[in-house]
Amino acid sequence: MTVQDFWVLSPEISMAVLALLVISVDLMTRSMAKVATVAFIGLSVPVILTLNLWFGWFGEPTVGAALFGTVEADRFSLFFKFLLLTVTAGTILASAKYIASDRMKDYGGEFVSLVLISVTGMMVLVSATELITIYVALELSALPIVALAAIHRSKRGVEAGTKFFVLSAISSAVLLYGFAFIYGYTGTTQLSVIMERLAVLSSEPGVPFGSYAVLLSVIMIFAGFGFKMAVVPWQMWVPDVYQGAPTPVAAFLSIASKAAAFAVIMRIMYTAFGDPMLMQDWSGLFAILAAVTMTVGNVLALSQSNIKRLLGYSTIAQAGYILIGLASVPANQVGATFAGAGPQSVMYYLVGYAFSNLAVFFAVIAITSRTKDDSIEGLNGLGKRSPLLAGLLVFGLLSLLGMPPTVGFMTKVVVFGSALNANLTWLAVIGVVNTVIAAYYYLRVIRAIMFEDAKDETTFGADKPVLAAAGVAAIGAGVFGVAPFLLLEFAQSALSIIPGS
Amino acid sequence: MFDGILTVTVFLPAVAAILVAIFARGKNADQQIRWISIGATVATFVLSVMIFVGYDQDAGGIQMVDYMERWIPIDALRSSYLLGVDGLSAPLVLLTGILGMAAALGSWRIKKRVREYFMWLLMLQSAVLGVFLALDLLLFFIFFEFELIPMFMLIAIWGSGRPRYSAMKFVLFTLTGGAFMLVGILAIFVTPGVNTLAMVSIPELGITGIPELIAGADLVIPAALIFLFFFIAFAVKLPLWPVHSWLPDAHTDAPTAVSVMLAGVLLKMAGYGLLRINLGFFQETKGFTIYDVAGALSILAAVSVIYGGIITIRQTDMKRLIAYSSISHMGFVMLGVSAVGSSAASTSAGGLSGAAMQMFTHGTITGLAFLLVGLSYERTHTRHIPHLGGLWKKMPLIAIFFVIAGFGSLGLPALSGFVAEIMVFLGTFSVWPWATGVSAFGVVLAAGYTLWMVQRVFFGARPATPGLSDEVYDNLTDANWVDMIPVIALAAPIFIVGIWPSVITDMFDIGIQAVLR
Repeated sequence: MTVQDFWVLSPEISMAVLALLVISVDLMTRSMAKVATVAFIGLSVPVILTLNLWFGWFGEPTVGAALFGTVEADRFSLFFKFLLLTVTAGTILASAKYIASDRMKDYGGEFVSLVLISVTGMMVLVSATELITIYVALELSALPIVALAAIHRSKRGVEAGTKFFVLSAISSAVLLYGFAFIYGYTGTTQLSVIMERLAVLSSEPGVPFGSYAVLLSVIMIFAGFGFKMAVVPWQMWVPDVYQGAPTPVAAFLSIASKAAAFAVIMRIMYTAFGDPMLMQDWSGLFAILAAVTMTVGNVLALSQSNIKRLLGYSTIAQAGYILIGLASVPANQVGATFAGAGPQSVMYYLVGYAFSNLAVFFAVIAITSRTKDDSIEGLNGLGKRSPLLAGLLVFGLLSLLGMPPTVGFMTKVVVFGSALNANLTWLAVIGVVNTVIAAYYYLRVIRAIMFEDAKDETTFGADKPVLAAAGVAAIGAGVFGVAPFLLLEFAQSALSIIPGS
Repeated sequence: MFDGILTVTVFLPAVAAILVAIFARGKNADQQIRWISIGATVATFVLSVMIFVGYDQDAGGIQMVDYMERWIPIDALRSSYLLGVDGLSAPLVLLTGILGMAAALGSWRIKKRVREYFMWLLMLQSAVLGVFLALDLLLFFIFFEFELIPMFMLIAIWGSGRPRYSAMKFVLFTLTGGAFMLVGILAIFVTPGVNTLAMVSIPELGITGIPELIAGADLVIPAALIFLFFFIAFAVKLPLWPVHSWLPDAHTDAPTAVSVMLAGVLLKMAGYGLLRINLGFFQETKGFTIYDVAGALSILAAVSVIYGGIITIRQTDMKRLIAYSSISHMGFVMLGVSAVGSSAASTSAGGLSGAAMQMFTHGTITGLAFLLVGLSYERTHTRHIPHLGGLWKKMPLIAIFFVIAGFGSLGLPALSGFVAEIMVFLGTFSVWPWATGVSAFGVVLAAGYTLWMVQRVFFGARPATPGLSDEVYDNLTDANWVDMIPVIALAAPIFIVGIWPSVITDMFDIGIQAVLR
């Protein structure tokens, strides 16, 4: 390893060290509060190191490739690392109380450290520029989640863990098979080299992607990441796992895991398959997936009675909206105004979604830890029982719904705008119709919180850490909605990987 | 360029809402909340008068502009923070100022969850003011949608009857309309050559508005479709037959002050949108213009007027009756809009001004009627017309003002309703004589249902099997001075505009001329 490699990988290395440190601290103390504190404060190290890579504080060299070109700390990956670190910090705050609970206190350290290891995998994943590295990082990020989902050892928890493991393994196998095809066809695993070789090799007229081998591999790569992104038809596991797994894990899964998967598929698509002709083909594929995903997610969410399952379906639908941004490649329209509008909208949407969803999940964590009831009816009369938590939850739900002036509205406008920009009017229309369908079930939850009468009238507050996490998430969802330029400029400067921007 | 007064006006109620939410704690919290809210709405009213009076009619155009370029720095969306007032919006801002104040005063007796109530009411006023003052299309849409949340809460929590059902219905109807509008807005966004989302041109700032930019341009989707998207959104909100069914439910179940706001200003957002967007944008678009459908609009308007009128006569609930009469009256707005005619040469600007005028007068008249129904209901605890009768003797003040509202609504000369209706009829008759002729019967129907209700409720003998027991009837009291402040605030403009119409019509004429270009 050279000094350059060390700097480029410094956030991931510090993250892995922190995971080990947390386990060691756990051995030394019985106090879960201390473990959480160490993890939370320790997170500042990777944050500072990531900031350093962005701004170049500690001298050159900072940004660049490392480990023989397998990972790259470009601004695109740093953008997602910031997002992942934010989500991790929130998750740790929100689970501080949870890991100190009776049934968890023996595995609290493991819980935190597994989260950190999974994040390490995701951080490598978003900066990986080579197929094998991508695969390894993906496994590193997925396996801890299996243990996390089942950490309760309850029936539902074990079922969730097993389900996630089996489906994750199958999807990884499919993904690997897709990678194998690409390697066999182009003779390389480097994304940028793949693009060069494909430009020369794939030329069969009339065949999507210029060759059946590439077509097959692209479909398999889709299938592999589709599982992580919770895209229809690879969404079956989502509601079960969300319901069975501990809520902090579901929150982590629904945001961090999804963001990382979207980041890596963006990188693959725009660097390996970034040829304008190929873009046309995969854009169509994404467009169809987007339409199906959001419609299925929203329609299935309509009849849910469990809040965690409902949120599971809601995240599926949200993935559909994000896919609209992926499908919006400007190559669809000659002379489109801005080459990066699609990817930029994906990044903006992901961050906005992260903040809204975190606010919702954290509020749900705080509420269900008191009421022990995760049905929607259990939220009845929450507005009176715990006004602050109810307010945060309603705000987050309104943002997921896409109500102005929250970030959820602005992200949807940007995503639909980029779809129209790419001449995908039909997709934008389907997206808009879907927001109306979604309004029904989000409003149903809000109605329960605000208007229904509670069976149990006792009031309760919330623990400070989770309240702080939910509050910060909600503030973010408000600020980025009112002042979208903060994030959009950030995203734009991170679009270095997109050709032509 | 940042004049500031409009920004202050729009956000003053919202800031007051935040103050109400955070401060005003302690023993007398409810009373403090009421005073803060009333103070904020009075201040907003004063500001709205300042805007109205301060608008220089000789200079015309867009004035008092607040402008911040590039609010969203994504090149696909060229939105800016742009507030401005012109002849079309100035009277509507004034109307919102009056009604917002009346609504806050009329909510004095609200006891349930006072803090939240006033918070949402103030938020609502901010949103409506934003709709009238925003001149950026996306900003307009944000305010247009944002109004839903306060309305949803206000109807669902403080409503009566089936409030949750009505609130949900209201939101889903409006949200569906809004979704169509969003597609329309996005379609305009991505039209090549559209480098701003300003709804009007402001030469002083070098802003070329959408009407000029899309004139003759190749749109991404056909202009007819974009027109339809906007039209659906506004037709739902207006409401126009056949998408009106949310209105009676929402009105009937909403608390009094919210009905006042809903009928008084929220419906006007739709009329304003029709004039500003459907009329303003689609005069010179390629392949389709508003002139192609003006005839169809006049027929829709006539159907709404007559259908609304006939349904209204059948109503037995006072509040529902007034709600249905709104459908008929808002049909006149649509009729006035159709006065644009089948070509630019046949346009009757008078009819268009009449449409705007009808919005203003309907706002005050119906607002007053809802307020009085609320006062009467507070005392009698029933709105069922066959159960009432002879209230005149017990509540003379309420009865007198109800008669004023009724006469205003049926278009008695010297009251403001007459001015608006005569403008619509005179303007539209030259363009669409048949539709106007049919719609004129709406006035006859209005006379029928209004007078009949007033006669039954206030003047008729008490029914044989009375809805009110003798004890209740004997103890009925008239409105006191607290109740009368908002009543007078709403009745005054009815007289002022009826006697001196040019104070408002001159303003609207300037606005309509600018929209017609």
